[in-house]
Amino acid sequence: MSKGRVWKYGDDVNTDVIFPGRYTYQPLEPAEMAKHALEDLDPEFARKVKPGDVIVAGKNFGCGSSREQAAACLRVAGVRAVVAKSFARIYFRNAINLGLAVLQCVEAAEALETGDEVEIDFAAGRILSAKRVFKFFPLPESVLGIIEAGGLIEYTKKKLASKKSPS
Amino acid sequence: MKAGKEVRAGEVVTVSPDYYLSHDNSAAIIGEFKKFGLPRVKSPEKIVIVLDHIVPAADEKYAQNHKTIREFVAAQGIPNFFDIQHGVCHQVFSEAGFALPGKLIVGSDSHTTTYGAFGALAVGIGRTETASVWATDEIWLRVPETLRIEFTGKLAPGVYAKDVVLKIIGDHGADRANYEAVEFAGPAAGDFSLASRMTLANMAAEMGAKNAYIEPDEEVLMWLQGRARADAAIVRSDPDASYEAILKYDLSALEPQAACPHTVDNVKPVREIEGQPFHQALIGTCTNGRLEDLEVAAAILKGKKIHPGVRALVLPASREIYLEAMRKGLLEILSEAGCVILNPGCGPCLGAHQGLLAAGEVVVSTSNRNFRGRMGSRDSEIYLVSPATAAASALEGRITDPRKYR
Repeated sequence: MSKGRVWKYGDDVNTDVIFPGRYTYQPLEPAEMAKHALEDLDPEFARKVKPGDVIVAGKNFGCGSSREQAAACLRVAGVRAVVAKSFARIYFRNAINLGLAVLQCVEAAEALETGDEVEIDFAAGRILSAKRVFKFFPLPESVLGIIEAGGLIEYTKKKLASKKSPS
Repeated sequence: MKAGKEVRAGEVVTVSPDYYLSHDNSAAIIGEFKKFGLPRVKSPEKIVIVLDHIVPAADEKYAQNHKTIREFVAAQGIPNFFDIQHGVCHQVFSEAGFALPGKLIVGSDSHTTTYGAFGALAVGIGRTETASVWATDEIWLRVPETLRIEFTGKLAPGVYAKDVVLKIIGDHGADRANYEAVEFAGPAAGDFSLASRMTLANMAAEMGAKNAYIEPDEEVLMWLQGRARADAAIVRSDPDASYEAILKYDLSALEPQAACPHTVDNVKPVREIEGQPFHQALIGTCTNGRLEDLEVAAAILKGKKIHPGVRALVLPASREIYLEAMRKGLLEILSEAGCVILNPGCGPCLGAHQGLLAAGEVVVSTSNRNFRGRMGSRDSEIYLVSPATAAASALEGRITDPRKYR
């Protein structure tokens, strides 16, 4: 279970507004990356976001470039999940591989508003708010495993270690 | 097939790809790979690295990237490494015989979809997961739904595959095929040359597609003779396959198209923007830098000079194409016309070097993305067109419908 506040945005939130290209080719520390999260969409966000918060958006979230920082910056800023009507494919993969939960749920994306408090039950596929309970198709176990490990690098490390150790 | 069982759309499967492509971003992938603390990659023979994005290195930073990659390739014994002289990764990967029917290919480049032209399942992935594939020879993939696009009719002179795919993206939006497989089919699909099929499959990425697929025919198999690195097994669509949707296009009804600034789905007929001034034309890239593209441009520019108010860059997609164009006299025609012939590579397409734009400048380009600032200044503009439209426009110094030159 995870509890947090909603930050609501619209359709087609692209990777350039999530993490501007002017920082993409600079090697930045995580804390520095977090400062630029959503900079060109909502300048208030990076200062006010709290660990566990949830972004809610419309269709095609993360369209554009394949830059992984667009997923990483939200995770290091403390965002627990992005709930959207749909995600651009490479963003969807990058998010999971970097440990950011991405949940497709049209009803929640329509009904939730900025400031709403939500709880997410990832395994059961439920988003609980004061308004109602929204159901989403839970991510498959193998994919949830990647998110829970904190991303693909950590997940793969564990997998490699378990293969090495005698069973 | 790779999953070893029958799978349905929406399922997530863990599979072992046949080949994994990466390019200049291999330096970043190496950085991620090192986090695993492994001495060696799992299957060096499956790794294909092509240096193409910034070749030759434009500055010290890029030179260091290339050096890091060459050292890693030598240390790991990676046999399939293509240094800066070969050309754009997608063209080189195909020419070198890795893009084969029925193969599962992953590439850390969004235009990996191009190999769908050979009937391969080829998908773009991120850098972190490429590092993980190097380590484990495994990747999770979601089985996509399929969008089928059926072609009938015959293209009019002056209209090309690029116009067709821009029209489709303009009609249906840049996210129409998000996370889906796009199958190009119908009675007229086989009329497209292999080079044109590569243009269609390449641009499927701009519809959001996970992969493209065109059923391989005799032309594909002939082209692969003497190139193929492995046996190929053609995978065909089931006759009773279910599709998310079927779109139909009569090719006879189409005209030249342009994707206008700043999104690939902002598409208009070239006729509607004719006469617009611009500063630079670009003919080349993984989308439209093949021999047939250079032939079309040379046919329009032969014995003529480009307009003195504009400049034109020509970027053959590979050394093989460059040599063929040289033997056929195409490079001579284009150079005589006033074009700058660049070395095979990605050139200015991704905005790193070789002919970037200043504020207020406009480029008419045969590449695949026109996002704001992609080829230079944030205040420049990119129009995406066919090689014919780019060449005709360079000749007149204004955006020009190429049909008058056919």
